[in-house]
Amino acid sequence: MYTLSGVTKRYTRGKSTVDALADVDLTIEDGGRLVIQGPTGGGKSTLLQMLGGLDRPTAGSVELDGVDLTKLSEAKLTKVRAQNIGFVFQSFNLIPTLTAQENVETALVPLGGRPAERRRRAAEALDSVGLGERLGHLPSEMSGGQQQRVAIARALVKQPKVLLADEPTGNLDESMRDEVMEVLETMWKEHGLTFIMVTHDSAIARRAPRLATIRKGRVTITENAAA
Amino acid sequence: MFFTYLRRELRRRRKAALVVASGLALGIALVIIVSSVSSGMSKAQDKVLESLYGLGTDMTVTKAAAAPGSSSQRPRFEFDAKGDDSKQSSDRVMVQGFQTLSSTTVDKVGKQSGVADAVGGLSLNVLKVDGQFKRGEFKQNGNAGAADQRGPGGGGTTQPQGEVQGGGASFDVNSYSVYGTDVTKQDLGPLTSSKITKGRTFKATETDAEVAVVDASYAKEKKLAVGKTVTVSGTKYKIVGVSTADSGDAAANLYIPLKQAQTLADAKNKVTTVYVKAADSQQIDSVKSAIQKNISGTTVTTSADLADTVSGSLSTASDLATSVGKWLSIAVLVAAFLVAGLLTSSAVSRRVREFGTLKALGWKSGRVTRQVVGEALVNGLMGGVLGIAVGLAGAYVVTAISPTLTAQLGGSGGGGGMAGGPGGMGGPARQAASKSLDIALTAPVSLSTILIAVALAVAGGLIAGAFGGWRASRLRPADALRRVE
Repeated sequence: MYTLSGVTKRYTRGKSTVDALADVDLTIEDGGRLVIQGPTGGGKSTLLQMLGGLDRPTAGSVELDGVDLTKLSEAKLTKVRAQNIGFVFQSFNLIPTLTAQENVETALVPLGGRPAERRRRAAEALDSVGLGERLGHLPSEMSGGQQQRVAIARALVKQPKVLLADEPTGNLDESMRDEVMEVLETMWKEHGLTFIMVTHDSAIARRAPRLATIRKGRVTITENAAA
Repeated sequence: MFFTYLRRELRRRRKAALVVASGLALGIALVIIVSSVSSGMSKAQDKVLESLYGLGTDMTVTKAAAAPGSSSQRPRFEFDAKGDDSKQSSDRVMVQGFQTLSSTTVDKVGKQSGVADAVGGLSLNVLKVDGQFKRGEFKQNGNAGAADQRGPGGGGTTQPQGEVQGGGASFDVNSYSVYGTDVTKQDLGPLTSSKITKGRTFKATETDAEVAVVDASYAKEKKLAVGKTVTVSGTKYKIVGVSTADSGDAAANLYIPLKQAQTLADAKNKVTTVYVKAADSQQIDSVKSAIQKNISGTTVTTSADLADTVSGSLSTASDLATSVGKWLSIAVLVAAFLVAGLLTSSAVSRRVREFGTLKALGWKSGRVTRQVVGEALVNGLMGGVLGIAVGLAGAYVVTAISPTLTAQLGGSGGGGGMAGGPGGMGGPARQAASKSLDIALTAPVSLSTILIAVALAVAGGLIAGAFGGWRASRLRPADALRRVE
């Protein structure tokens, strides 16, 4: 479970100061699904970075299962990311020189284990997103939707507690968007993940049971009983 | 994963990798060529020095320079103006450089710490002047009936009036060098730089025998051969062998036993030079210091001292190799290292999102840095292999062409007391023997040069990797993910 208390992230450039996040309090239950929306520059990605332990707030605390991520050393934070948090990015962020299977393996490298075991798990993860036949393909040989599915397999192969997605359909056309969202929702349900997603897409936002809207660093939560 | 990722990245960025590797290769190839040419120069210099010293000699000991101005030992020739035109001849046997040491010095030197062996030798110059005086004819002015007046060398008379015409002196001056060698220790000294090509060398028992070994080119000039005799200042020596210098001029025209040389020069128990072999070639300087400290009035000249007197194209080329070549290699290497570092750093900048993603996935900074350093190291090794190949090819070309270099030794007066060549007489006491040699330059590549090249390649890779690795280690995953290419 995530518990954010008084999280503020302040950026200073020259004499001007901007609060990307301003005194945010937020709780996200295990297995919950939260969609974050808001205007560009409103602080969506900053909030996601705080949740993912990619950045530290200027003030406040970010607790994951009772552990304050802001107090952890860089090495321990890296370990938390490696074990518990899966990321899916808007631009897929696959390593262009590695095959689909090798890209998925990169998420298992920090956890150690034998290479053969890594390869087997990577192949299984790709199979679960419908890319069992494309293990040896490079990202450049796949469509955008397929690349994002490789990225989803990479995020989930280590069986994390949390899946963070930063506009995962932002670079996809409508058909691919639906394809990717279907995969993500299936995975969320099957794996019992805590799924937090940033999106600009209102159609996707409407399907979420809980919506966080960020404006000028302030978060407003809307519950969607119909979802 | 490490090697797969590394291999794929190098393949993806093969142009940049080739630029980095080529830069390093150029620097490394230059180092190999300059080192091998320098080594060739050094060998050429050693060859030049060996032709004077003989093989195995590490230093020579001679008498320290005397105060200038003393001319009592200058050669003097006295000829009588006899009343006829008969030929006259006079030999002058002079100690080369006019400075001698006592034979006991040889023993003293031999007992010094670090001296493996010491042997004395006496270098002589023989100046043979032969010819005749011719009388001039006196012719009286305007008086045909006047009787001829003859006088040696011309010269006027008071009565009657007239002048002496014709007459004068015609003398041929012939100079050659003789080296008195210690026949009991023939493995040290100038004769070791020659091979006996006809006959034999001295026997150890011939310490005072009237036998000689003659240099091949002098033998040819004077039509001397094994079995014939050669006369030096009235003493006839039987030629037992003909020697040929390994390179360039021989150290002397004639070699005779030391005692014979001492007798000829009236220099009993005297030597001009002590040839010294050090027990350890790394200790030459300390042996030199010990001799100079413990045996007063001596000058010790090492190979290094003598090398300073080498001039000519060999010296010029050697200077070029050690100065311009060395600095050029260093400059190219530094430039190559910098370019490799900057290109690696630049490559990391282009891969910010990639490394940021890996960090987000839980890769530690150290793992990302290792990946960058690994790629740079392989790049450096590729440059090393390429550089070694180009360097070996360059060294091979130099050896194949074998440019001829001329070395001139001595003449500067700084070398001091060298035995040898025929030209050393008459000058200052410490004037080194003047010698000119043509040496074919080679460029031998030693294992140590190759190891240095490999070390440079690794260093280049590590330096480049350090640039990139430092940049990669400082990346924050959040910054990386904000960046969209």
